[in-house]
This record gives sequence, structure tokens and C-alpha cells, in this order.
Amino acid sequence: MNRKRVMTTLAAAATFGMLLGGCANQAAPEGGGSSDGGNQSAVDIPALTSVDTPKDAVLPAGDGKAKCPSTTTLAYIGAQTGANAQLGINIFQGIQLAINEHNEANPDCQVAFKKFDTEGDPNKATGPVTQATKEANIIGVVGLPFSGESKATGNIFEQVKMVHITPAATNPGLTENGWTTFFRGLGNDAVQGPAAAKFMTDKLGAKKVYIVQDDSEYGIGLGKTTSDALGDALIGTDKVTQGQKDFSATISKIMNSGADAVFYSGYYAEGAPFDQQLVAKGYTGTFVGPDGLKDDQFIKQAGDASKNAYFTCPCIPGELIPDFAKAYKSLTNMDPGTYSIEGYDATTVLLAGIDAGNQDRAKLLDWVNNYDADGLSKHYKWNDKGELQAPTVYGYKVENGKIVPIGPIGE
Amino acid sequence: MIPTILTAVPAANDWITLDFVALGQNFWSATFDGLTFGSIYALVALGYTLVYGVLNLINFAHSEVFIMGCYAVFFTLSFLGFGPSAPNLGVGQIVLNLLLALIAAIVASALTAFLLERLAYRPLRKRNAPRLVFLITAIGASFTIQYLIFVWRGPVPEQALTMFQTKPIFNVFGTIIYSDQILIVTAAVIMMVITERFISKSRTGRGIRAVAQDPDTATLMGVNKEKIIITTFVIGGVLAGAAALFYVMKIPSGVVYNGGFILGIKAFAAAVLGGIGNVRGALLGGLLLGLIGNYGQILLGNSQWTDVVAFLVLVLVLLFRPEGILGSSLGRSKA
Repeated sequence: MNRKRVMTTLAAAATFGMLLGGCANQAAPEGGGSSDGGNQSAVDIPALTSVDTPKDAVLPAGDGKAKCPSTTTLAYIGAQTGANAQLGINIFQGIQLAINEHNEANPDCQVAFKKFDTEGDPNKATGPVTQATKEANIIGVVGLPFSGESKATGNIFEQVKMVHITPAATNPGLTENGWTTFFRGLGNDAVQGPAAAKFMTDKLGAKKVYIVQDDSEYGIGLGKTTSDALGDALIGTDKVTQGQKDFSATISKIMNSGADAVFYSGYYAEGAPFDQQLVAKGYTGTFVGPDGLKDDQFIKQAGDASKNAYFTCPCIPGELIPDFAKAYKSLTNMDPGTYSIEGYDATTVLLAGIDAGNQDRAKLLDWVNNYDADGLSKHYKWNDKGELQAPTVYGYKVENGKIVPIGPIGE
Repeated sequence: MIPTILTAVPAANDWITLDFVALGQNFWSATFDGLTFGSIYALVALGYTLVYGVLNLINFAHSEVFIMGCYAVFFTLSFLGFGPSAPNLGVGQIVLNLLLALIAAIVASALTAFLLERLAYRPLRKRNAPRLVFLITAIGASFTIQYLIFVWRGPVPEQALTMFQTKPIFNVFGTIIYSDQILIVTAAVIMMVITERFISKSRTGRGIRAVAQDPDTATLMGVNKEKIIITTFVIGGVLAGAAALFYVMKIPSGVVYNGGFILGIKAFAAAVLGGIGNVRGALLGGLLLGLIGNYGQILLGNSQWTDVVAFLVLVLVLLFRPEGILGSSLGRSKA
């Protein structure tokens, strides 16, 4: 009986104490929130409306005179189902488009197209990859899209010397395995990090950048390359975990640091609520995330807070290349998605090889090794490890509830 | 790059370092945030504690009772026209809308708890099933509800809704206190005081304590045991529904099929920390767990440690006080 009364009184006292404390301190300068309001409205980067494509870009159609055996086959290996199926769909529809255009223009060279499903899962990827390498007709592969499954299967391609170009996997370590058959059709995270750093300090004019990284291989790696490139502009880092929902401790640190930009190195599942909670605490600076955040789900889950968000991505906005976007839409009834154009371009490299008479695995591998020409999205020339020599990183922002490109960054 | 396999890896190059400077700088904001989340834990913890006190059953499906409340909040507010932007409404209207959402959440959670008791636990009780069977059933019921929601709503969280623009209200020790923090802590404490009064004063409350103490004797003394049990579940559901409103207020993107899981584990830990079966213990445990997690996270500079710190404290407390801080009997809670 007594203890209960004590508790009730305590609760009431605590509430009143808080109220009183507040009144007494009202004159004090506002902590945290006030110092970072600085320069957010100063930056307004307009959205791109079109992308310049190289004039002499190699297209799948070629010259129309190609000849090849009717058994010639290219394959896509990657997610068709599973949690991240949409990305795989974006890619293989790009591939399908390239092959259709090629076959229409070249009656004497009909390249067949086969798809193998990995569900994006490293544990399931070895099966389909082994199966594909055993089919003698398949001479080149576009895939695998994800870093984990690429890591798990690179050796299988290496053993049979079969060329494969990934249109989406960005883990820098993939090219450090000594594989001669692995080629990356886009910039990796070692390129994206510095580009993001430069984007924040130059284009967004950020002077105090706070980096938050999650505990995935991707988040940690990208967090490191970004913070290394930021130098003095980096004022703090903090680590969160995948699956976390409440970020108040980290946000409190950010508000105290007076940061005017926050870089979240991770995926949208945590990045979106993070941004939302950050803005709810009065943060007025910019929020920047990598390709792991560049998804419509980010806007859905961050709500209005997403207005302050920018993204970096080694992917090119295919929707802004009119011919490509139109052809893609007429084939699939959809707008090109993230990595559609990368899938299309990678296929074009292989098709050009076939048209030039490289119609077995060894010759096609050799062709890609020595390839040096423009694609629709960028220039394709690989170094001896399989990295592009001049990868592009694009910036994106949120405008009217949509993610729109704002141009190449980090150059 | 793509979130295919979300496997956590330990940050390679650093070992545990204690950042007392950061803790000093962020002490008060960590305290207020910790109390806010602690109140939500405590409301959910009450549901575990009450059911445990009466039935000696850890109702693992209580986290789904909670998440159903979250869905009710989401659907009610969507229906009322709330969206990603803060609504352009007067204070009175917002309060009215939130009250409607609160009622919907309470009804949804209480109904879930009621059905759970009726469909999952009562048939077992009738057959005098051993206690282990109840536990397995609880886990099974938890998964069943989770995957029913999964089939219904899919794997992605619902659209985030903003209930109101949080406003800085006042300043304590240089830290801004926000309207939502005051609202959540005050409302949660009031609800817990009411619950505690209800259990210690009312006729039904006395029945609950009687059943908790000795179900057979209570039945002989004229207490309707079945009615008491169902009441206990419903009270737990009501409190979980209130917690759901506050949770969605703080974390709008938390409405997802498995969104109750982690919170459920934390609330359960809070109940154990304070003394499971003890109503005040749930409050104390919830607030402590919220605070410890936040302090630990700032001190260690890494959220990977939040839960480690919280559960380490739990283990330490249980080493010295195996019954939890306030002891663990609902029946013995002061008459």
C-alpha cells in the first residue's frame, strides 16, 4: 500500500520536475538542433532531363551481316524470384532487349538466350552456374548481379574459362581473387565512396559530414572508402545494425556534432527509418546514401523526411536515354529500372564479339579482354583484373516523391 | 551491394573502446530517448507479466498481439487521411484522430489476445496439457500470426505515416524535449498507474491476484477462473494496443509482419528484469532496459552492442536477484 503511493507520487513528481526544469532552462540557447541549420537551402541541384550518349556507341544490332551457328547461346544467371527479384528482372529484360535487337537486324545470326535462377542467394547460385557451364552452347554470361553470389561462383566460371560480365555487383574484393573470367560492368564501391565524399563536400557544400554505417560487408566497406576520402570534413562516425529500428542514440550524437550532411552506408530497410527519425529530431541538413538506399521503398518508409535525401549509384539512368527507354517499354511495358542499361550494355559487348566471329568460349573471353569501345551508358575497357578503367558514378535526389538523376558525380 | 543476404560481419579494425566524452555530451538526450522507448517496452512487458502471473505461461505470441495493434493504427490513420506529410490539422483534431487510432489499436490487440486465449490456450487447459505444450503453442501461435500477416501484406513495411510535427517543448540541461516524448512517457506512466490500481483495488483485480496465488483455492472461494484468465489477456492486449500507437508514432516504418519480434523480446526481458509477474517490476524493467541500451550504445559507439549491454545487465541482475529486481509474484503484490 505504502510503496504504491510512493510510486505514484514519484511519477507525478518526475513529471512536474521535468516541466519545471524546462521552464527554468527556457532561456538557455538551444542545444544540438540549432547549429546545423546552416546551408541546406543553398544547394539546389536540378534534375537531369536527358543523358548524352556517346555518338559512336556500339549497339546490339551491329551491321546486320553477322553470321553464326544457330546454336550460339548467351545466358543470364541471377535472381528471377526471391526477395530481390525486381533487380534481376530489370537486368534480364535489358539483356532480352539487346538480343532481340541483334536478332532482328541479323537474320544469319540468331543468338539464343537462356535464363538461370539463383534467387540472389549465394547458397543456391552454385547449382545454376554449374549447370550453365556444362551446356556447351553457352559461350558467355551476363551475371551474376549480386556480390555474395558472385563471390560464391567465380571459381566455377574460372575453371571452364567462361566469360561473365556482372551488371550490378559492386564489392571491390571480387576482382582480387585472381579470376580471369570475371568482368565488372560498372564502378565498384571503392569508386563510389570517394565519389560520394566529393559529391558531399563539393556539390552539396557540406563542411561537417557524419558517417553512419551498418554491419553488413557492403556497409562497412563503403563506409571506410567514403570516410577515407572525406578527410577533415569527417566529424564523426557511428555504427548501427541491420534490423535496428530505434536510432535515437546515434541521432543524438549527430545532433550534438552539428553535422550538415549525414552519409548512411547501408540498405534502405534501416536507412529510411533512420532518415525519418533524424528529421523528426529537427535535423535540417542533407542525407546521402549509396545505391543500397536508392529504391522507391526508401521514399515510402521515410515519408516526407526523404525530401532531404540524395543518392550515389554507379548505375546510369537508362530512363533518360530516349531510344533505349522507348524500346525497353515497348518490350516490357515498364520503364527501365536500376541496372537495366548495364545489362543491355554488357550483352552488347558479348554480341559484338559474336558478330566479329568470336564464337567459342576462349575467343569470346579474349574479345572482352581486349574490348575498347563506347556502350550506350559509358566507355567499356577493362584492366587486367576485370575492373572498368573509367567507371561513372551518378548522383540522384528525391523530387516530388520520386528518385531522379542529377548527373555524374565525383569527376 | 544488394540486400540479398543480410549477414552481419563484425567491424574488423576496432575493439571495445569506452567513449565517456560522448556519453557525457549525450547523457540527457540518451536519457529522455531511453525513457521514451522504455515506456513502450514497459507497456508491452505488462502483457507478458500479467499472463505469466496468472497462468505461469510465457505468452510468446504477445508480440503479435502488439503488431496487430500497429496495423490497426496504420489502417485507421490511413483511413482518416494521414500520409507521409504531417497533417494540416488543429491540435484538437489531431488529438481526436489519435484517440480514434488508439481505440482501434486497443480493440485490435485486445481482440487478438482474446482469440489467442480462446483458440490456442483454452483447449489445452481443458485437456490439462503439460506446461511445455503451452510454451510450444505460444511460439507456434506467434509464427502463425506473423505469417498470416506476411501472406496478407507481403514482406515490406507499410507506408510511413506522420501523426504530427514533433515540436520542441522545452529544454532540460541543454537538451530539447519533444512533444512526442512527453506524450508517450506521461501517457504510459498514467496507464501503468491505472493498471496497478485496478489490480490492487478492484474486485476483478483481487480475483486476478487470487488466481495467481492459488487457482484452486480461488475457484473454491467463488472466483470464476476462466473469466479472470480472459480478463488478464484482454488487459495485456489493451496495453499492447496503447504501446502500438506510441511505437508507430516513434517509428512509422515499423509496421511490418515481423516488426513485433525484437520489441517482444525486449519487453519480455524487461518483465524478467523487473521481476516477472510483478506489475511495478514491468515498469521499472522497461525504463531501465531503455536507458541501459541507450547508454551502452553511446558508450561503446556501436549499436551492435545495444542488446549485448542490455542483456548483460539482465544476466548480472538475475545472478544476484534471480527473481528480478522487485521480486516476481503477482499474487504477493501488496494487497
